[in-house]
Order: sequence, then C-alpha cells, then structure tokens
Amino acid sequence: MGIETRLGNNVLTTSLEKLVNWARRSSLWPAGFGLACCALEMIVTAAARYDLARFGMEVFRPSPRQADLLIVAGTVTKKMLPAVVRIYEQMPEPKWVIAMGACASTGGIFDTYATVQGIDQYLPVDVYIPGCPPRPEALIYGILKLHEKISQEKLTER
Amino acid sequence: MDLDGLVSKIKKNFPESILDASTFRGEITLYLRAQDLLPICRFLHDDPELSYDYLTDLCGVDLYPQEPRFQVVYQLCAMKARQRLRLKVSLPGVNPCLASVVSVWKGANWLEREAFDMFGITFEGHPDLRRILLTPDWEGHPLRKDYPLRGQIKAAGEEE
Amino acid sequence: MAKTETMIINMGPQHPSTHGVLRVILELDGEVVVKATPDIGYLHRGLEKLAESKTYHQCIPLTDRLDYVAGMSNNLAYVLAVEKLLGMEVPPRAQAIRVLLCELQRIASHLFWLGTHAHDIGAMTPLFYALRERDEILFLFEMICGSRLTPSYFRVGGLVEDLPDGFEAKCREFVQTFPSRVDEYETLLTMNKIWMRRTQGVGAISAEEAISWGLSGPILRASNVYWDIRKAMPYSGYDKYEFLIPTGKNGDVYDRYLVRLMEMRQSNEIVRQVLDKMPAGEVKAENPRVVYPPREKVQESIEALIHHFHIASEGFPVPEGEVYTSIESPKGELGFYLISDGSSKPWRFRVRPPSFINLGALPRLVEGMLVADVVAIIGSIDIVLAEVDR
Repeated sequence: MGIETRLGNNVLTTSLEKLVNWARRSSLWPAGFGLACCALEMIVTAAARYDLARFGMEVFRPSPRQADLLIVAGTVTKKMLPAVVRIYEQMPEPKWVIAMGACASTGGIFDTYATVQGIDQYLPVDVYIPGCPPRPEALIYGILKLHEKISQEKLTER
Repeated sequence: MDLDGLVSKIKKNFPESILDASTFRGEITLYLRAQDLLPICRFLHDDPELSYDYLTDLCGVDLYPQEPRFQVVYQLCAMKARQRLRLKVSLPGVNPCLASVVSVWKGANWLEREAFDMFGITFEGHPDLRRILLTPDWEGHPLRKDYPLRGQIKAAGEEE
Repeated sequence: MAKTETMIINMGPQHPSTHGVLRVILELDGEVVVKATPDIGYLHRGLEKLAESKTYHQCIPLTDRLDYVAGMSNNLAYVLAVEKLLGMEVPPRAQAIRVLLCELQRIASHLFWLGTHAHDIGAMTPLFYALRERDEILFLFEMICGSRLTPSYFRVGGLVEDLPDGFEAKCREFVQTFPSRVDEYETLLTMNKIWMRRTQGVGAISAEEAISWGLSGPILRASNVYWDIRKAMPYSGYDKYEFLIPTGKNGDVYDRYLVRLMEMRQSNEIVRQVLDKMPAGEVKAENPRVVYPPREKVQESIEALIHHFHIASEGFPVPEGEVYTSIESPKGELGFYLISDGSSKPWRFRVRPPSFINLGALPRLVEGMLVADVVAIIGSIDIVLAEVDR
C-alpha cells in the first residue's frame, strides 16, 4: 500500500495491521465467478440455510473491480482461461483466490485436451477446497481458513 | 409404420438411395447414399403420412481405421406417430463433405457446427459453418479417434 | 445529418445472469437487439471423448456432471441406454424408485431455475425461498447416496442399494408441505404486475418454429405443443402414474414460468403416487456379469468374487450395436446415443443435450427484443452450460 511500507515493523504497524486485517477479512466480497457445478454449492452457501452473510460475504459483486475475493468454482477450460486471468487482473489489490472443488484445484476428473489442470498454474491460489462438489460447510471451512491466513498477513508485504 | 413399409415408401421415390436397413432393439436404422440425403430428408419431413417433423439429434461418428471413415447419424422423430427413425450416411476419411439439412430443420444449425468442430465434416449450404465449442484457432478435431485424449503437444514442447 | 449505427456489446462469459459461462455478442440499435450471436464452449471439457476411454460403469459419474442441476435425470438416461443395449429388464421396485427420484430431481431443478430466473429479472426473494425447498430435497438425496449434487445412485441393472429406513417418512413430509410452498412462490410472482410486464410477450415462439428448431421440454410445451417423453414414449414405468402435462398458449417467458410451476406441482403428485404404490422386491437385476453381486456373497462365494473382479477391473462387455434412448429431463429431451463395438468401453458416447439445442434458438428469440429482455429470455430457456458444452 502506501505509508505503512515506510513505517517498518514496529508496534504502530502491528496494531494497525490487526485493525486492517480484521477489516479485510470481515468483509471479503467475492466476485461472482461460478463456472460449473461447484457454482451451485457456492450459491447455496450464500442462501438462507448456510448463510454467508454472517461472514460479511453475501454481496457477490458482478463486477470484479469491486471485489476482493475470487472463488474459482468449477472447471477452467482452455477457452475460458484468458477470461479468468483477465478477471483476476481487473481486481484491485488486496485480492485473494480460493480454488473451490477438484477441477479448479487440479483439473478434477477431466484430464482432457480442453481442461486446464488446475488454476494454480496461472493464478496464485490461497486456499484449495477439495471435493466434487465440496459441501457448503466445506466451502465455509475454506473461507474461515482464508480468514486465518488474512489475519496473519503483514501490512508491509502487500 | 414398420421397417418394410417405410423402406418401400422411400424406394418408390428414391429407388437407389437406401443401401441398407436394419432394426436393433426396436429401433429402425436406414443407411443412405450421401448424395441423396437432403432430398430424402425433405421427403420425410414433407410427406403427410410420414411427417418426420422433429430432428432429435445429428452427430458424427469416427470408425477409424475402417473406410469409409466417418458417418453422420440423424435421429428423427415423427411426433404425431410417435415414431423414431435413424438415418446414417457414410463419408470418406479425406475431405468428408455432406449437404446441410438446415433448410429442412432449423435446429440442425448448431448440431452441424458441432459435427464440423469435433470431426471436421463440412456441410454444404450451411449458413455459418465455424467452430462452436473450441476456440476458432484450435487445430485438429478432438473426437477423431487419432486425436489424443490429453491433447496434442505443441512443437515448442509446451502443452497449451 | 445524424447517422445511426448499431453498437456491438459483449455479454459474458463472466456475467451474473448468464447462468454460467455463456457469452452473447449483441448488436444493438439503441435498446433493441438487432442480432445476437451466442459464443459457447467455455465449459467444453471433452466429456464425450473422456467417456470413450472409460468402461460403461465408469461413465456413470461423468453423466452426473452434465446437467449438474439435475444429476439423477442424467444418470437415468444413460443407464436406460446401456440397459437397452444389453437388452436388460430392471425389477419394478427399482423402476419405481427411479421415477420417484427423478421427479424429486425435477422439482429441485425447477426450484433452482425459479430462484435464479426471478433473481435475474430483479426479484431476489424467491431465490431464498426456492433454495430452502431445494435443500430439503438435497437432504433426501444425501440420505440415500451420500451426495447432494452428484448422486450416481443408479446402476446398470437397477440401483446401488435399496432406500434407507426413514426415507419414506421424510419424503412424505416433503410431499405434504410442498404444495403450500408453491402457493407462496405464486403469491410473490404470478400476479405481480412488474413480473407480468417483464415476462409477457417477451421471447415468444410459435409451435411450428419450436418444432423446427428442435426445442424440447417446458419451452416447447409453453408454445402449445403437447409433447412430453414421459407420456409419448414412456420409460421406467411412467405409464403407471397419473399426471397432467401443462402447456402454454403464447410461448413467451410468462408461459414458460407457468408451465414449470405447474410441472412442479405435478411432479409432487407423481412422488405421492409412487410412495403409495411402491412395489416390494429387489432393486437390482439378476445378471452377475453386469450387476455387482451383494457384498456378503462376494465374501462367501468364489464365482461372486470373480464376477465382482471382472466388472470392477475390465467392465462388462456389451453386445455390438447402437441405441438411442431419451428421457424427459427437467431441461427437455435428454438422450444418449451409444455405439458399442462389443467391448466394455463405448465406441461413441453421444449426449443429445437439450440445453444446447434450446439455446440454438436464442438468436431467433431475442431478435427485436430489448436488451433487458435478453436476460429474461436466457433465464426462461433454462440452460445449464455443462450440458451445452459438455
């Protein structure tokens, strides 16, 4: 960011870090990026029973410019790949990526000519959630792990 | 209408066209000569007794290494009679080309594009024959039997 | 002198209302759509080619991922095709359970359609109500096969195993409460002036054109064509149950909405009838070369062990030939065309995808409509991109 990088690692920045990380993780706004079957479990997680709103995440922003989290839910094909990378690049910093499901993590059962074998070949993934599709609770667990990861981030590194 | 009735009705108007006819598990399949496909389809569609007004499906088949290598299969349905029919046309392995049936059933538009994309079969008279499922610059036709499952490795050594 | 030009804008493949990765290139004259060109294939995973390298049994989980909103229906269509190739009969209890689960799946699929379609047009509340009911159905599925979305519960020759205890009670509970829930959705939308203004007269297609385009499912029935595979060419014992087939008059988005709502009610009735008439008996056919023998037998008898080993390792051989079987899935006529060369792997695994063929008519449906109607029309066709692209 800006001024924190000049301040260095001291008690001022660590308390500021705690505040900033708390703010970031408590209102992660996902970019609506459901590709395939995992998108259904993602939508259900945002609905009433598995309520993502309790984590501050119920607003799935259609535009990536207003989002901080990219949940790649579903198979990424070679035709779709440029669009995925472009969406990622359009998101402003700080941003995180969750690879949801087997297809986004490693290509899943589709080891074919048209499928990218894991989105981590093209994007930096923070959390992988296995499953085909992962249950809504599994997605929430993955999101909570991401929250833990965010709370350990150093301001000076972003 | 059973197999014999259907065959004799078609033979009246197209005496040379039916190469073979068979039934398997209650389904009728007719093997047609490639050049007669479009007129026979039009006949099957327009004839008031047969009335095959619904094109259920159109797909390609690769019989590599047999020759003729490709087949295009049409699944038709006569809604009033609740009768299904399968037509098959054989095409050679080099430059497979067939008349398009878009003028008979509009739904054939995307189905023929897919057969072109996956097998490389061109359809004459199709209004917009280009790839539909793969990127426009894709090389090769994936559903051919000599196309590897995991894709072709590019000359530079990277599998992209 | 002012010059008018058309404007080309791009919709998708990342778009909240395209129900997946669909890209539509719209040519606009002001707000009116002059031409729409869908660009698909963003979810083409090579499923048909992948299936050619798997045994018939191993293809069952692949079919789950086709129309992922309605996994059970895809399983049924595929399994019926293989059973037809083998010339195999399935016991009546298995057929009844298949009908039960497919109708529950139809309700679940239409509920998801309702929620997302209404959400696209701007009504956000039905989404939460519809997903509440859909979760009830997914709980039932989880009770029988452990998976919510990708069941793979049907096998060639019957089912994996019988229904667990407690399923019938929970299912009856659902069947009792569901009609009142559909009434709730109707109070929100059916006579809602905004809903009617957004959907009536939008995206209409006549019966002859719908047949020529090869449309199927609720979109065909909304154009006043009485065609439902469950009635026209019954399968899996559907002729034993009484149900109505709703048809629309004008073929516009509103009629498609009404047709699907009515279908949900009818499916509920079918589920009730199946529960009342459920026959007792086996759920797997007697064919040791194709159907896995029960666990206890495998541990006791050497033939059962050998059969289990053969089916699991090499798969079962299927006689040479080809079949086309189709069912009425929630999206339309879902068919499988399988060509067998006598081995244990399919030579050609062709899916007749209703969403692909229905979407082919999109350029015709949106011509002359406003930009805002494009979203309503795409929603009313009810597509699932994995089925469009395979």
